[in-house]
Amino acid sequence: MKVELRPRPFDPLLELGCYQAGLDERLPGQCGATAIFIGAMRDFNEGEAVRGMTLEHYPGMTERYLQQIVEAASRQWPLLDGLIIHRVGELQPNDPIVLVAVWSEHRAAAFAACRFIMEELKSKAPFWKREDTADGSRWVEHNTPA
Amino acid sequence: MIYVKYFASLRDRLGRAEDQLDTHSDLTVAGVWAALWPDKPLPPNTLAAVNMEYAELTQSVRDGDEVAFFPPVTGG
Repeated sequence: MKVELRPRPFDPLLELGCYQAGLDERLPGQCGATAIFIGAMRDFNEGEAVRGMTLEHYPGMTERYLQQIVEAASRQWPLLDGLIIHRVGELQPNDPIVLVAVWSEHRAAAFAACRFIMEELKSKAPFWKREDTADGSRWVEHNTPA
Repeated sequence: MIYVKYFASLRDRLGRAEDQLDTHSDLTVAGVWAALWPDKPLPPNTLAAVNMEYAELTQSVRDGDEVAFFPPVTGG
């Protein structure tokens, strides 16, 4: 299980490829199912164009909380591995924000755990978005429900 | 000493990111806020953490603890 915060842009598919190569060596032939979620920055929110965004976090607590989410998922489902990479700092539209990947023997656990990790992350992990619009910058007050 | 941190819109509104509270009495999380901001009620929906774990406002705080206050989270 790996959790990482990244202060600079990252390529989720490249990250996934590298991680998968390590898994192929560690657990050859075992991962029948991989579920992934990639979240990226939109250029609109609540009816306004968004030019950029800053993602603030609580150093120490954020990493710890993400680790707890992955551990909670692996208590509920038989997971072989899990990965979360999340951006912090300044972002531009289209930049990936988050990658969640989950490996298991069968698809049900992978789908369910990937969904669980994302929903837990969105509703509880200490991150805060500030958007830059034509009228200046504003804190995002709540996430979209789904 | 209790070490207090504020994040995001709450920090902007308060105009500072950190406080230190020198106290020898037993306090709850809500009591820490009240001691630092006697004229400001804790904004609704504010979340709190003690030593980087989510905490209820009624949780007690000990000397040396780090207490954080922040608005609803918006990551992912």
